[in-house]
Amino acid sequence: MNNENSDFLKTLGIYLFGQAKKFSLRFKKAPTMKELMIVYYSEAKSAKLTGKKVAWITSGGPVEPLIAMDVIPVYPENHGAMIGASKMGAGLCEKAEAMGYSSDLCSYARSDISCATINGGPIGGLPRPDMLVCCNNICGTVLKWYEVQARYFNVPLFILDTPFCHTGYSEDTARYVRTQIDEYIKFIEEICKKKYDFEKLRQVGLLSYEAQKLWQAVLDTAAHRPAPMSAFDAFFHLALIVTLRGTKEAVQYYQNLLAKMKDRVARGIGVVPDEKYRLLWDNIPIWPRTRWLSEKFASHNACLVADTYTSAWCGTLKYINEENFLDSMAEAYTRIYLNIGVDEMAKTVIEMIDKYKADGLVLHSNRSCKPYSFGQLDIQRIVEKERGIPSLMIEADMVDDRSFSESQISTRIDAFMEIIKERKKDKG
Amino acid sequence: MDKIAEFRTIIENPYSYLQKIKDESGKKVIGYVCSYAPEELIYAAGALPVRLFGSDSIIHRADLHLQSYCCSLVRGILEEALSGRLDLLDGMVFPHTCDSIQRLSDVWRLNLLKSFHADVVLPVKLNTPSAKRYLIDVLNKFKTDLERWLNKEITDEDLTRAVKTYNAIRSLMTRLYRLRCENPQVISGQDFHTLIRAAMIVERNHFLEALTAITADLEKIAPDKKLSGAKRLVLTGGICNHPNVYDAIEDAGGVVAGDDLCTGSRYFEGAIDDHLPPLDAIAERYTKRAVCPAKHSGLTSRGENLVRTPHAFDYPYLKEMLDREKIPSLLLEMEEQTQAGGQLQTRLETFIQIL
Ligand code: SF4
Ligand code: SF4
Repeated sequence: MNNENSDFLKTLGIYLFGQAKKFSLRFKKAPTMKELMIVYYSEAKSAKLTGKKVAWITSGGPVEPLIAMDVIPVYPENHGAMIGASKMGAGLCEKAEAMGYSSDLCSYARSDISCATINGGPIGGLPRPDMLVCCNNICGTVLKWYEVQARYFNVPLFILDTPFCHTGYSEDTARYVRTQIDEYIKFIEEICKKKYDFEKLRQVGLLSYEAQKLWQAVLDTAAHRPAPMSAFDAFFHLALIVTLRGTKEAVQYYQNLLAKMKDRVARGIGVVPDEKYRLLWDNIPIWPRTRWLSEKFASHNACLVADTYTSAWCGTLKYINEENFLDSMAEAYTRIYLNIGVDEMAKTVIEMIDKYKADGLVLHSNRSCKPYSFGQLDIQRIVEKERGIPSLMIEADMVDDRSFSESQISTRIDAFMEIIKERKKDKG
Repeated sequence: MDKIAEFRTIIENPYSYLQKIKDESGKKVIGYVCSYAPEELIYAAGALPVRLFGSDSIIHRADLHLQSYCCSLVRGILEEALSGRLDLLDGMVFPHTCDSIQRLSDVWRLNLLKSFHADVVLPVKLNTPSAKRYLIDVLNKFKTDLERWLNKEITDEDLTRAVKTYNAIRSLMTRLYRLRCENPQVISGQDFHTLIRAAMIVERNHFLEALTAITADLEKIAPDKKLSGAKRLVLTGGICNHPNVYDAIEDAGGVVAGDDLCTGSRYFEGAIDDHLPPLDAIAERYTKRAVCPAKHSGLTSRGENLVRTPHAFDYPYLKEMLDREKIPSLLLEMEEQTQAGGQLQTRLETFIQIL
């Protein structure tokens, strides 16, 4: 009883704090990421109090159908990134290993699974889910991971199966995924115990489309020389397009951000002082080391102007029909960056190199993420052949700091930058 | 066992056997990487499906395409291909099972493309009607791809004939398997493993004939074999390409009485209903047999069946279930190139002693 009481009081505290924050944001023109995240997580963590449902969902999963039904989406991967950024990854991963999870498994999964058992991590764990939504458009790992969590929390799991598109998008796939969207909607209806609101979904779809367009426009500003923002900034601003696309808050946030970046462009302000070299980043950030890496590259006057990771959340705009979100989302969610063949990924990388005028490519070979990392060596070769620019591969892990060797990576970056400088000199 | 000797030679050097088949019969040989490849269709098309395993050689060519933390089976298969040893293959089939195999297919397509390259992107869940419908669509598409490539129609009769051959092999293997479960002395684990491997390589009609004779022989001698006091173990997991493990277990005083390996019982369990339209029937078998660790079909289906070890994600919960039932278990993490050396032996011995 005592425990329950203190739990209740804690939740109430979180709720009131979040509401106060939310109220204060009404009078602010441009709420910060931190403020928005506080409101978001406090609403998620006090869902039990407000009677809202919470769904855990994979980062590439379709969140709009949840938002339209007032379900709060929570992202274990975003949580994993926070764990990584706050340098708690190694500890939580070790704990998962002690529980019997092999160190070969994705470190988002390992840190999330161990975090759930102790409510640890930077925000004291995620709120308990009422349902799990797993979309395998990013990897097969999430399937096993969500099975683990569904057993642990004993809640229903919906799997949205988006068949891998090695070379294009077949009719069979289109039909299968489209049918599952209906099944998904039924699943949500059943758990929320109310009729699905398709009109609301239409509105949420419009907002989602709008936010993705804005996010792309924000990233595009880095095509200017000097770039007003870098990939490291994108890693930071990404959180809302992942967690809250489909809401007004996200649209407003990216409108403000875009205005700010445009202003910097107009005034010729670059994020890296005296920007001389422009690089493209591939794969998930090395969360515990973003700052170190950012400073390291800046010390060479190099700016990471774009990356394949943050652009994945607006990479399928071309498949979305904003007038018919419901039908077009099947294709958009199936053809995302990680669910396509290596050759198509290489094509995307080359387009980005051209668009952002990159002088070199930095690839993070990420032990945790197999679908992202296997194929990188071929992408590297294709890019070198097609564009003749140098590239560097860094072996590390997005969360687990134990596999980061600072001195070695530092030396390799120095050597790589020497090559870039030489090449640029030759080109004049 | 004399009749097994032939297969021992074949699995020791499958490539020269396959070359011979090609030279003699002009058959096309198609490689595949996982037991979810719809072999029956390949066989019905008149080609020979051959399962690829990793490599015994040191991996260096594959390093140029797949990082060292990629699973050793996948790296090994790529090494074999890049070294030219798989040049005799006319085509490749990649069923969608895990993230590594998925990328292996891409790397293959970009570097080693054969005249036939098929991705059979099966559904990851096997327990809904829409997934089943899609599964049938995928099989149909695969059939059309084969037909286009070979420039010939695969008729229902072809399919039914192939299904019958496979059913016969699978049912004999199951009989052998049961025989061995009841009486492990009948055939050594190593020999049994040889037969399983051969079932995935050897021309199937020939294999069926030989297997029929072998099974009959073994069934005859079975009643005379006495049960030994060996401890009975169940092997479980993904792919187990380690005949050495069988030896090591037997040396340590145990015997493998059952398994759910992809290269073991999962490969031959379940008959295809030959009264249904063939593709529907093939799909049906996929949805019914023991689920592969890389697939989903309900939350505990991997745990209810038997004693199991990992897919890495499943290990903790399987361990917990086993502990609850007071069934001791041992986790062996093995790479393709691992030799059954002293350490493995010691761990097995210690484990078997406590049983
Ligand atoms: S394996 Fe990669 S895509 Fe999958 S959850 Fe981990 S980081 Fe994300
Ligand atoms: S399922 Fe596991 S063992 Fe099989 S290929 Fe994939 S990673 Fe390797």
